[in-house]
Amino acid sequence: MSVELGHYLAVSGIVFGIGVAVALSKRNAIAVLMGVELMLNAVNLTLLSFSRFSTAFGPDDEPLTGHVFVVFVLTVAAAEAAVALAMAVLVYRRRETVDLDRINLLRW
Amino acid sequence: MNEQSVGKIRAGEIPSMPPAQGLPATPMARQIIEHGTLRTKMDATPTPRKVMGAIGLLVFLAVNAAIAYVVIDGRLDGRWYDIRDLGVGVGELREWLSDEGAPAWVEYWATGIIGGVGILSVLGGWLLIGSWVERRVIALFQIRRGPNRHGPFGLLQPLADAIKLIQKEVLVPRGADRFLYFLPPVLIFIPAMLGWGPVPWAKNMAYVDINVGLLYTVAISSLAVIAVFIAGWSSNNHYALLGAMRTVAMMICYEIPVSLALLTVVLLTGSLQLSEIVAWQASHNVWLIFIVPFAAFTYLFSSTAEINRTPNDIAEAESEIVAGFHTEYSGMKAGLFLAVEMGNALLIGALMATFFMGGYTLFGLEEWVPGYLILLGKTTAMYLVFVWLRATLPRFRLDQLMGYAWKFLIPLAILQVFVVAIEASIFARWDVPGVVSLTLFAVVNLAITAALVRGWAQAIGYSPKGGAGAMPLLATVTGGLKAAERMRAAG
Amino acid sequence: MESTGIVVAFWVLSALTIGAGLAVFLSRNLVHAIMFLILAFLGMAGLFVTLSADFIAVAQVLIYAGAISVLLVFAVMLTPLASRDNANSLYVVPGVLAGLALAAIVGFVAFEADWAALSGAAADQRASGATIEVIGDLLIGRYVLAFEIASILLLFALLGAIVLVHERTEPAVEVEPGAAGGELARESREPA
Repeated sequence: MSVELGHYLAVSGIVFGIGVAVALSKRNAIAVLMGVELMLNAVNLTLLSFSRFSTAFGPDDEPLTGHVFVVFVLTVAAAEAAVALAMAVLVYRRRETVDLDRINLLRW
Repeated sequence: MNEQSVGKIRAGEIPSMPPAQGLPATPMARQIIEHGTLRTKMDATPTPRKVMGAIGLLVFLAVNAAIAYVVIDGRLDGRWYDIRDLGVGVGELREWLSDEGAPAWVEYWATGIIGGVGILSVLGGWLLIGSWVERRVIALFQIRRGPNRHGPFGLLQPLADAIKLIQKEVLVPRGADRFLYFLPPVLIFIPAMLGWGPVPWAKNMAYVDINVGLLYTVAISSLAVIAVFIAGWSSNNHYALLGAMRTVAMMICYEIPVSLALLTVVLLTGSLQLSEIVAWQASHNVWLIFIVPFAAFTYLFSSTAEINRTPNDIAEAESEIVAGFHTEYSGMKAGLFLAVEMGNALLIGALMATFFMGGYTLFGLEEWVPGYLILLGKTTAMYLVFVWLRATLPRFRLDQLMGYAWKFLIPLAILQVFVVAIEASIFARWDVPGVVSLTLFAVVNLAITAALVRGWAQAIGYSPKGGAGAMPLLATVTGGLKAAERMRAAG
Repeated sequence: MESTGIVVAFWVLSALTIGAGLAVFLSRNLVHAIMFLILAFLGMAGLFVTLSADFIAVAQVLIYAGAISVLLVFAVMLTPLASRDNANSLYVVPGVLAGLALAAIVGFVAFEADWAALSGAAADQRASGATIEVIGDLLIGRYVLAFEIASILLLFALLGAIVLVHERTEPAVEVEPGAAGGELARESREPA
């Protein structure tokens, strides 16, 4: 019994699917953001597992490039969370709701 | 000399008057006038007892060193694997296990469990003694006696407190979120225990000497806020929620100065591994607190904010919000919160000693005294500093504390990182002897820090009392003269 | 990966992560959902450790469990009148179907593809923990442009968040025309 690349990819796919389901079907904007964070985490797991397991590299390739990509994903996730939550708070100030079903006007 | 003028006597300006009529009636004031200062308990202690105390301390140290020498059997030359190898006994257990043909994981887990239980029991005892020490020392500061009823010198007071807390009923407030309400007293222990992982107690004697130990300590300490938030939110109490949100806000503010302060350590030592940081300080015969004093101060201050020690304990400010996030907890649950608070202070003391004060080394003394005793001493010294701060300083206001982080600590810490980066590159490239360059860095950093602290304080609007009252620079440039004048008028 | 500990850790951690993710979807309370999300983040950090990515694991704990979850908590607390019931919207059925389909596709690919061409013996050579020096070299070496862009992005996100949430308040003092700084105050007094 050993753990291979496929196991990690399967876990990553399941977590990504959960993230998609949360992001598509929740009503609260903050919950939608939580789904997006889960999806980003799953992508990070994929990148790291490829970086750990794969050996198909050229002579100039560095095996830890996947880690660098994850660093960038973390950066983008932090920026996205800050801006998205600021937008949620702004919407709440105008409409007193963060319910995505009720934020259906193009202007207000 | 009437009553009114006597009432105006201040510390440091005792009038040279005859100790005659009109003296105030309180014994404290009489002491101040007679002796120039308050007689503390130490002064009142008879000399034989002081000598006995000193001899007792020396005997304690000697016995400890002898035990360590016998138990470790001269293993201080770095052949210790890690703390799971506590002494020869565990080492022989490992050898016996491997001789009997047990698989590697049995050996690993057995010694690991022994080491873990060892650390936990040492910490538990330390917590008990620490609470007694804190109360006695604060009593010394406040010229009273402190706990002195249970056992000799009140040494059994922590046990009595624990028994009392265990006996009390655990109440659950109405409307509380029952599932989440029971979690935090347990959850909050996890970061307080995990934080001890990478701390090196002697050469090669860390529980997990991981490669990114410094980042690990920062990450672990940021987890405690989750437990605090759960405690505050699930209690269904406004005071608890206020305390929890204060903690969360503090965590956001003070995570950044902590990281910046530790970044200077990383820049100088070139490693994130705690044992490497200590080894760098030992090999250069210097403590980092001398080279980067502002970073050390930033780390100390921000850590007190993160762990709710008194100058910054606005999360459980008794005078404002009853007990903060653990208002609704009673019995041993509240006791666990208090214990974790003290354990966090010890942890921060150990980390401060490791990062900035040479860790388990003491300029060559670690060859003769076991390293864990040195680290224990340094941690206790830092803990006494925390107690001293608690007895001395009043509590900050919430906005003052936030403003202090954002307006003062973070800009200056960023500048400090720039300066230290330049120095580190100089240190790495030029072939200057370490003594010369490090001394130079220490002097330069101290000067820069002093200049920057003063300059930045004036830039954001502070004018020294009695000074000419220079215009607040930043307000003049950005906010307009009127605002600057108002700020100056307001002082 | 022959060590038994790694295998056990993988199964426990993946069960924890997936269970916590499902609990995020199923829980009836938004704050409970955030707590389960933190649990999922921590489980994911454990999975990163089993992949011998120590720096990324610690960064995950620091950024996700320490910072982003605190931001989420703050957002929930700053929207007090919004509902806290973590309810599903009208799109729950398509959403769950899309999630299931994605998970099924990725799982199918993961187990059906022949990864033997990729995974081999050489993978264990870099299983040592010293990743951080290499990551640092790559970040300020080959990927320095992306690194700089990322820092600019963070700066703009910071400014954007502040500008979005900043409440314009009336200036307390009236400003004489001609005084320095009058322009600034007048601008901020104009209605948004």
